[in-house]
Amino acid sequence: MKYTTIVNNQTIPVSQIPEIPYDAFFELNAGFVTDAPELHCVNYFGYPAGSKVKLICCMADDLHHVIHVSSCQVHPTDQLPSLASQLFCFEKFEREIHENFGIQFTGHPWLKPLRYAHNRKDPGQTIANYPFYSIHSEELHEVGVGPIHAGVIEPGHFRFICNGEQILHLEIQLGYQHRGIESLFLSKTRLSERVQIAESIAGDNVVAHTLAFAAAWESLCGYKPSPMLESARTVALELERIAIHTGDLSAACADIAYQIGSAVFGRLRTPVINFMQEWCGNRLAKGLIRPGTDQYPFTPELAQRLAEVLLRFEPEFIEMNTELFKMPSALSRFERTGTVSLANTTAIGSVGLAARASGLSRDIRSSHPYAGYHTLKHEPIVKRHGDVYSRLQVRKQEVPQSIGYVRELLKSMETSQTVATPPGTPAPGSLVVSLVEGWRGEICHCAVTDAGGELLIYKVKDPSFHNWMALAMAVRNNEISDFPICNKSFNLSYCGHDL
Amino acid sequence: MLGHIKILYHEGKQFIPDVTTARVPGIFRGRPVISRTKADEEALVNICPLGAITASPVQLDLGRCSFCGECARQFPEKIEFTTDYMISVNDRERLIITEGVNEPLKISPEKVRREIPRLFRKSLKLREVSAGGDNSCEWELNAANNVQFDMSRFGIEFVASPRHADGVVITGPVTENMAEALQICYDAIPDPKVIILAGTDAISGGIFRDTPAINRDFLNRYKIDLYVPGNPIHPLTFINGVLDLIK
Repeated sequence: MKYTTIVNNQTIPVSQIPEIPYDAFFELNAGFVTDAPELHCVNYFGYPAGSKVKLICCMADDLHHVIHVSSCQVHPTDQLPSLASQLFCFEKFEREIHENFGIQFTGHPWLKPLRYAHNRKDPGQTIANYPFYSIHSEELHEVGVGPIHAGVIEPGHFRFICNGEQILHLEIQLGYQHRGIESLFLSKTRLSERVQIAESIAGDNVVAHTLAFAAAWESLCGYKPSPMLESARTVALELERIAIHTGDLSAACADIAYQIGSAVFGRLRTPVINFMQEWCGNRLAKGLIRPGTDQYPFTPELAQRLAEVLLRFEPEFIEMNTELFKMPSALSRFERTGTVSLANTTAIGSVGLAARASGLSRDIRSSHPYAGYHTLKHEPIVKRHGDVYSRLQVRKQEVPQSIGYVRELLKSMETSQTVATPPGTPAPGSLVVSLVEGWRGEICHCAVTDAGGELLIYKVKDPSFHNWMALAMAVRNNEISDFPICNKSFNLSYCGHDL
Repeated sequence: MLGHIKILYHEGKQFIPDVTTARVPGIFRGRPVISRTKADEEALVNICPLGAITASPVQLDLGRCSFCGECARQFPEKIEFTTDYMISVNDRERLIITEGVNEPLKISPEKVRREIPRLFRKSLKLREVSAGGDNSCEWELNAANNVQFDMSRFGIEFVASPRHADGVVITGPVTENMAEALQICYDAIPDPKVIILAGTDAISGGIFRDTPAINRDFLNRYKIDLYVPGNPIHPLTFINGVLDLIK
């Protein structure tokens, strides 16, 4: 066997993953994704193993609900043929491995720095000297935006090459938000610290990232959360989706200067996040999820409150959407703006909401179910056009779907008792892959432990890792004035990418 | 058109009439109160993942606290988080809560630079710089100007250009990769200008205070005019803090 096959949240000994030569590793993983949109790479990373670097590639098979894991060992000085030279979805992974270890991938289309990590191999390369593409022509001009943007958002640099008002090319340079999350997971050894790091990966995706961490940790420790705890976490995840999707619709309305939509969606988000505060004392659910405990039990009183909140929320949400999506002036800004074709979406390995808006059905809730999704039988909402309109439609339809799931879960969780079993200690020499579908898309956390059961490497992949490239594709041939609405329709995470 | 009128009718008035007396729902963790009850101080100090608690006397530094509530859950007789969201101060020392002291946190008027109320009392335009912020404080700063909190009714607004701003609001622990951009932005703001730190990450570095990926030199170079604690900050904490600073 050239690889081993696991399911979501399954812990296996690292020794069980076959180590194969790079040539075979290359062939295997290229073979997986070539002409197979149901397979995609959820994580591909390296970590030091003595003087060598061990590469691990995790390939998710959405049809059979499994993950194929393969590995190989290489030298940091090696020149290896690039997977990205043939398959674009490996582009970012190889740039990351190159940045961290110095491995040269020959034939890579652009082996540029990814996020200027503090522990990068070549500290001589600095964020101020990023090698942008440029085209020399008297007809064209460049527009630089950022790192600081006009709104109250995170930093990142966008470099446009324009022909008049039209965007020919956009290059997105990130790394400004790099806080050293992955190495912090290793240097902070207490569970209470690590869970707070997970909460800080992306503050607008707290539930999803913390759940991914908790599930990985519990699996490593051989701990099985109670069905009640699983249901409560699923409710939290769906509430996060409802809140942020609603906020995104508000922001999209603001970008097309549709004031009433912006105001109504903006205020509709409040009761949902205020419910989070009633539940756990924090509007963004920081402090809610802890491995092994439900320190904020989901009481029958909370269940009743939530049912009331959703009962008021739903008709107002639908009313505003009905009005928004029948206005010709709004539709003319959304339709055929920022289109990403299905072919491009598949090629760059796009995930989550952005992929589903372009016709690629990728949703971990149905393909690799976890927590409460084993029983919910989720059907992903998929659109075809890949434009701003499609991405907003996915949000518009996912919110009532999520409300339905929350109601279904509320029915099944009428009794609640506090669970507080310490999760135990992680298994030594093991690997776990934890996948969670956050509101942006698939989140992947991978952990490998050493012989003593301590973390050897902790890898985080946010959906934004791939989806930033989808944004760069979306704006081509659009007017530069449509960039804000394109950007908002993806609403990607800077800190989730930069870590 | 009729649809819009219907929506306006359904929505009614959404704004919070008085932001100084509004109550926050649920179990919000605001200003903590530490009692003089005897407790295992060593265990209490160790429980805090961010090292915000120190012993004899027991003190809790809100500038380092992530408001996770772990201490209050394990030592309910010792520490209690109240729903008091008025926790913005201009004196870093005042963020340290001592056992047995249960007083509201306030701006120290003698430490406010004189030109601040004189120039900004009726209008304060701010440029926000996220320097490693995880988008939670940024989110709540945006919420501060939604139709409910409606911060701009007080003349406090976020602007796109530092040239139009009277000060900078910093979120995040200030990453090495953002250090230069933050300095350039600050330099572009005309004098006199204020600096506001929003959130635990900005005030102390939070969980990131020991990582080599951050560079907080900028914050040592200038006087900080307002500290707004929280993880993330609550819009009411921010609005009331700024109002107290400029009044």
